[in-house]
Amino acid sequence: MLEENYITASCTITEGMVRKNNVKVFENNDADPAAFLLSVYRYFQLNYPKYYKMDNLSKLGWLASEILLRDNFSKERYKPEEIGVILMNANSSLDNDLKYFETTKVIASPSLFVYTLPNIVIGEICIRNNFKGEQAFFVTEYFDAGFVEQYVSNLLNNNLIRACVCGWADVLEQEYKTVLFLVEKKKEKQSVLFSAEGMAHIFGKS
Amino acid sequence: MSSLKENNEPDVFVVADNILSPLGKTTAQNFSKLKQQVSAVKQYHHPNISAQPFYASLFGSDEGFLKIDPHRYTKFEQLLIASIADGLQDSGIMVSDKKTVLVISSTKGNISLLENEAMSEILKERIALPASAKLISDYFGFVNPPIIISNACISGVLAITIGMRLLRAGQFENAVIAGADVISKFIFSGFESFQALSPQICKPFDRLRDGLNLGEGAATIILSTNKKYSQHVKVKGGAVSNDANHISGPSRTGKELAGAIKQAMQDAAVTSTDIDFISAHGTATVYNDEMEANAFFLTDLQSTPVNSLKAYYGHTLGAAGLIESIISVQSMKENLVLPTLGFELKGVTQPLNVCNNLLQGDFKICLKTASGFGGCNGAVVFGKD
Repeated sequence: MLEENYITASCTITEGMVRKNNVKVFENNDADPAAFLLSVYRYFQLNYPKYYKMDNLSKLGWLASEILLRDNFSKERYKPEEIGVILMNANSSLDNDLKYFETTKVIASPSLFVYTLPNIVIGEICIRNNFKGEQAFFVTEYFDAGFVEQYVSNLLNNNLIRACVCGWADVLEQEYKTVLFLVEKKKEKQSVLFSAEGMAHIFGKS
Repeated sequence: MSSLKENNEPDVFVVADNILSPLGKTTAQNFSKLKQQVSAVKQYHHPNISAQPFYASLFGSDEGFLKIDPHRYTKFEQLLIASIADGLQDSGIMVSDKKTVLVISSTKGNISLLENEAMSEILKERIALPASAKLISDYFGFVNPPIIISNACISGVLAITIGMRLLRAGQFENAVIAGADVISKFIFSGFESFQALSPQICKPFDRLRDGLNLGEGAATIILSTNKKYSQHVKVKGGAVSNDANHISGPSRTGKELAGAIKQAMQDAAVTSTDIDFISAHGTATVYNDEMEANAFFLTDLQSTPVNSLKAYYGHTLGAAGLIESIISVQSMKENLVLPTLGFELKGVTQPLNVCNNLLQGDFKICLKTASGFGGCNGAVVFGKD
């Protein structure tokens, strides 16, 4: 019999607002994404010098993962290779690609070039948390909750991983949105059943 | 070893494939060139890519990939269409079948459009991978929405692993998995800024290796669980891991690639003694090759013949894992393991059996590995038993 999987936490960052488990935890209507993201970093008193060298996509996904995993997640329950990160977005790394391309007209910047791949945000989350399990970055026009449910459930039900950070992280110029879900095999107080409907409900609220 | 999996998941067969590279337009043409140790890597003077002469494997600028093109597809899209069309030919796979899914693998897709066209909202939408995927899907008439993977240099290996999983889970019966990347100033300048490019044909695993060559190419591999293909080579297992160490440098220990290899072998129900040869990532950068040799040592594969195809094709990015997997499948069919062009003297710390002659034998099971930026590693096992 298949075990049931649960969303044990969620975090949404978009339009000047941060929500944790569907509750607004921070708001700042600063128009510029980089300035807004820095205000989130400061408000949550995060101390991670690597943050400053990240591109906006990595900053967005990394901040959401920090807020997602704080308080209720004890990674000691899992081995590093038992935790996966599966993300998707619409614009790949185009936000940073445009910035990198500008530098090629003078001197190409290696520090910007490394962020011209969408999966770098997965790498940043893995480095911070020592997650070493399954990963994949998918590109889709819209958040495909059904596909995420099927793909992540398959990994969990086949015991390829025991916990997963999954969801959406997309940024292009002034538009940004991330919704991350922590999925585990155990039910917590706040848990909702891991399903496409459950994810779509949380995704659509912001 | 029994091919029956405990959970009764179906076997996944390789139905057909294609490689479209500067060496040839079919898998057969490509394999024939490789047997003759012909490299597509040569010196170019292309000021629109780099002010200095450089080594790479590129298609000719006048090369046509499609006979008729009323839609003005980009080069990236033309490559994918031509590769998929050849792969599908005579395969018996119906693209309009609800049981067939298209999976596309690319790192940078249409990014070269930035270099020649004025910035606009329309251009940004045109660069987005879903736009290309939709055009390609519509060209053939796939009915399911395409799945797009963009996961750095493991994209191709990951796409095969994902295709295998979707088929095993019964979500689809057939998967058409295609990958491509085009080399332009955007990509070239980035690797150059990293000082990752070799000023000659690259030398994987060699003492004098000094960086990679970039390459253009496309490839398609078609998978199915339909038992009518049961005489074909199988995708027996696959796995992915992350180094959790550095975004642009590989793990120093190779432990995480080793973890992916172990998991892929476990998934395939084989052990290291069953692996007849390995197609490594072997980019010919100092750190990648050292890390891979460590990983093969940690998985007890140090005496298994290993090759790298990077001196034939360069690093074809989102196509690399597919091209190199298809060559490995062809190697099993012809019982020939190809030599590692560019390799002379072992230049990695751990023992490693780098194949540098055309090897004949009875090759039943092989391992394909890849690693990339973001600390990602992928491994997939193919077998003909």
